Amino acid sequence: MGEAVPAARIDASRQAEVVRRLREFLPERAVLFEDEDTRPYECDGLTAYRRAPMVVALPETDEQVRRVLQTCSALGVPVVPRGAGTGLSGGALPLADGVLLSMAKFMRTLRVDPVARLAVVQPGVRNAAISDLVAPFGLYYAPDPSSQIACSIGGNVAENSGGVHCLKYGLTVHNVMRVRGYTIDGEPVDFGSEALDAPGYDLLALAVGSEGLLAVTTEVTVKLLPKPQSARVVMASFDDVETAGQAVAAVIAAGIVPAGLEMMDKPATQAAEEFVRAGYDLDAAAILLCESDGTPEEVEEEIARVKQVLSQAGAARMTVSRDEAERLRFWSGRKAAFPAVGRISPDYYCMDGTIPRRRLGEVLTFIGEMEKKYGLRCPNVFHAGDGNLHPLILYDANEPDQLHRTEQFAREVLEKCVEVGGTITGEHGVGVEKIDQMCTQFGREELETFHAVKRAFDPAGLLNPGKAVPTLARCAEYRGMHVHGGQLPFPELPRF
Amino acid sequence: MQAVLEAMAERVRAAARSAQALRPRGGGSKDFYGNEPAGEPLDTRAYAGIVSYEPSELVVTARCGTSLAELERTLAEKGQMLPFEPPHFGAAATLGGCVAAGLSGPRRASAGAVRDFVLGTRLLDGRGRVLAFGGEVMKNVAGYDVSRLLTGSLGTLGVILEASLKVLPRPPAETTLRLEAPQDKALEWMNQWAARPLPISATCYLRGELSVRLSGAEAAVRAAREKLGGEEVAGAEEFWAAVREHAHPYFAAEAPLWRLSLPSTAAPLGLPGEELIEWGGALRWLAGAGAARTLREAAQRAGGHATLFRARDKSPGAFAPLTPVQLKLHRELKAVFDPARIFSPGRMYPEL
Repeated sequence: MGEAVPAARIDASRQAEVVRRLREFLPERAVLFEDEDTRPYECDGLTAYRRAPMVVALPETDEQVRRVLQTCSALGVPVVPRGAGTGLSGGALPLADGVLLSMAKFMRTLRVDPVARLAVVQPGVRNAAISDLVAPFGLYYAPDPSSQIACSIGGNVAENSGGVHCLKYGLTVHNVMRVRGYTIDGEPVDFGSEALDAPGYDLLALAVGSEGLLAVTTEVTVKLLPKPQSARVVMASFDDVETAGQAVAAVIAAGIVPAGLEMMDKPATQAAEEFVRAGYDLDAAAILLCESDGTPEEVEEEIARVKQVLSQAGAARMTVSRDEAERLRFWSGRKAAFPAVGRISPDYYCMDGTIPRRRLGEVLTFIGEMEKKYGLRCPNVFHAGDGNLHPLILYDANEPDQLHRTEQFAREVLEKCVEVGGTITGEHGVGVEKIDQMCTQFGREELETFHAVKRAFDPAGLLNPGKAVPTLARCAEYRGMHVHGGQLPFPELPRF
Repeated sequence: MQAVLEAMAERVRAAARSAQALRPRGGGSKDFYGNEPAGEPLDTRAYAGIVSYEPSELVVTARCGTSLAELERTLAEKGQMLPFEPPHFGAAATLGGCVAAGLSGPRRASAGAVRDFVLGTRLLDGRGRVLAFGGEVMKNVAGYDVSRLLTGSLGTLGVILEASLKVLPRPPAETTLRLEAPQDKALEWMNQWAARPLPISATCYLRGELSVRLSGAEAAVRAAREKLGGEEVAGAEEFWAAVREHAHPYFAAEAPLWRLSLPSTAAPLGLPGEELIEWGGALRWLAGAGAARTLREAAQRAGGHATLFRARDKSPGAFAPLTPVQLKLHRELKAVFDPARIFSPGRMYPEL
C-alpha cells in the first residue's frame, strides 16, 4: 500500500463542460456527476482508497465508447476504465479531474462456437458466466480467480487474472485469443485473432495485464477447454511448514503437474474450519490440497503417485476426496479463506507476492519475524503450485497506528519477495496499491521503457494515468525514504 | 561473460551513433525466415550457457547463444522439455533465435506457443542498455509484459540476451495413430476431438492420411487409443521430428512454401498447391505458386493470415500487412526500443 489518496476538489465548470459534451451523444442517465450518483464508483475492491470521479460515463455501444474517448481526448480529460470493480489493487480508482468509463453495460455474449471452442463476449460479462454458458457443450473457461462470480472478463484482461489452476491451465494471457477495443484517440484496434497467432508483434500479450493504460476493451474472444471428466483432491497434513514446502517441490520434481496445488498454514486452516467446516486437520502446521483432473483412469494413476510422493516427503496424514461433494468441501475452506479471516479480525490486508517455490520456507520464516516486529498476526494461503503467496495481515482500522504498521509490514514482505527472485504482484496488479514497490522491482531504465510503451499507445497520457508504473520522481523519493545506507539489498541481483 | 556482453553493448552503441544496421544472429538456422535480413551480423553465440535450472521450479534460464539442442538435452536428463516443441531448422539453432523467431512445433495446439512459456527476458536495447523484464516465476503481473512482446519480434527490437522459460515434465506415455480420411472429414474430426478431454498432443494431415499423437498418463493414452481407432504407427518419433524440422519430403517441393495460420474450423481453402495441415486445423502449409494477393485475401477471409515462409522471391513481403492502426503502434514500439532503427531493419516489415 502507498500513502492515502490526497483529497481532490472537482472543478465545477470543467465538470459541466464534460457533461454537456458527453450528453451530445449519450442519454442523460448514462452521464452521472451528482455526488450520490458517482459515490458507488469511488473505489474498487481496494476499499482503503476512495475518490469521487468528476464524471461517470456508462456507454452501451462501441460507437459510444469511441465517442467518449474522442471527446475526452479532444478535451484533454483523463479516462479511467472500470469493469465490475472487484480489482484488488485500485486500478479503477477514479480521478477527480477524470471520466470514469464504466463498461458495466457491455453484458452480451456475442457468439459461442463450440466446435472452434471459443466464445466472443463483451467485457462486462462475468468470468463464471462464461463457464456456465458453455457447460452444456462440455466446455469451460479455465482461469478462475476467487472473485469469479463477480469479476468481469474485461477486468480479467486488464489484470491478467489467475486463479487456483494456473500451473496447469495458465493465466488470462494464455486463454484469450483476441481483444478488440479502442485507443484513447477512438481508433479501433484488434489484438490477436481467432487463429493461433497474428502477424507482427504480440500486441495481445502487451494488452493483457496492461491495467487499462493502453486501450479500452470492448470485446474479448476467449479460448474454451473441454471440461475434465473427473477430479479428485488429496488433502495432506504436515507437522511443519518447511516440510510442506519441500513436499510441493517433490511433487513437481516427480513430473506431476497437478490441476491445483494449494497450501494453508495453521492460522488460515483454523479460521476456515470455524467458518465452513471443510474437514481440515487442525493439528497440522500446514495442509496441502493437491488436485488431479482428467479421465478417471488418469486421475487414479496420478492420485496414487501423488500419495506416494507426499508420503515420502513427510506427510503426517492424507485423505483423498471420495466423491465430488467431498472434493468441493475440501476446496470450500480454501476458497473461503479470505472471508473466514475477515470473521476473526475487524480488517485484513491481502498481499499478492510470487516467489520461487524453493524459497518458501525462508519467506514464511521472514513473515513470522514481521508478525513479531509489527505486533500483527498474518495467516498464509499460498498458490503453492505457481509460487503465488497471499499473506493476510490482520489489523483493526479503528486503531490509528495499525493501518500504518500493516503498510510497513506489507512493504517489507513484498521487498523480500523481490529479494528472493520473485515479484510484488502475481495476479492482483499494481494499480495504485503497489506503485511504490515497482521502484524496488524495476530499475530506472525499465521504468522509462514502460513509460515509453505507454506513450506509444497514448502519447498524451490520458488513459488511466498514475497507475501501474511510477514516475521516476516518485521512485527517487520512495528510494530516498526506504533505502538503507544508500544501497538496495543484493545490488548484484538483476531486478526482475 | 560480462566482457562478451560489454563488447556487444559497445557494438550496439557504436552502430546507433553511426546509423549502422545490425542483425542479431545466433546459428543462422532461421536466416531464411522473414524478409531478406539487412545489416552486419551481430553474432550472439559467444553469450551462451545455462544460467539456472531448477527442475522442481519448472523454470530454466539461459543466455541467447545457448545451443537449443544442448538446452533440450539438459532438460531431457531431468525428464523435462520445452513444451512448445520448437523447430530447430538446423543443428546450429540457439535459444535466442528460438525466442526471437517465435516459432512453435507440433505440440503448439495443445500445449501453447513459445510466448506462452516465456517468463522473463533480458534485452540489449538500441541504446546499448541491458533491461530486465518479467522474471523466473509463473505468475507475475508487475509491469507490461515486454518479454512476450519480444517473443517473435525477429531481432527488430534488440538482442534478447537471456530468457527464462517455463518447462514441463515429459509425458510418461506416447503413441501415434494413423487414420484415412478426406480433408474435410479430417478437419471435422480434429475439431471434434479437441472439444473432448483427449490427450492429443499433435496432429498432421497429408495426402489422405491423418496422424494423431497421444501423450500423457499411460491409462489416458490407452483409453484414447481405443476411442479414436486407426492404426498405431511405428517410428512415429522420427515422423514428428521430420514434420517439425521440415525434413519431411513434403517440404522438399520447389514451389514457394506458405504458412497459413487460420481458425481451426476454417473450411478447406481450395487454393492451388498441396497442403499439409497441423495444429488441429489451425496451421496449414501450402506448397504452391499461387498469387500472393489471392492467398492473403483467402486467409484473411477465413479469419487468419498467410506468411510467405520459404521462397526464392519474397518480394510480396514475408508477412501479411498490418492495419494502419497496428502499423502505427508497431512503428511507435520500434522507436521505444530501437530509436536509431539499427536492428534488423525490414526483416519483419519495410517500415520497421
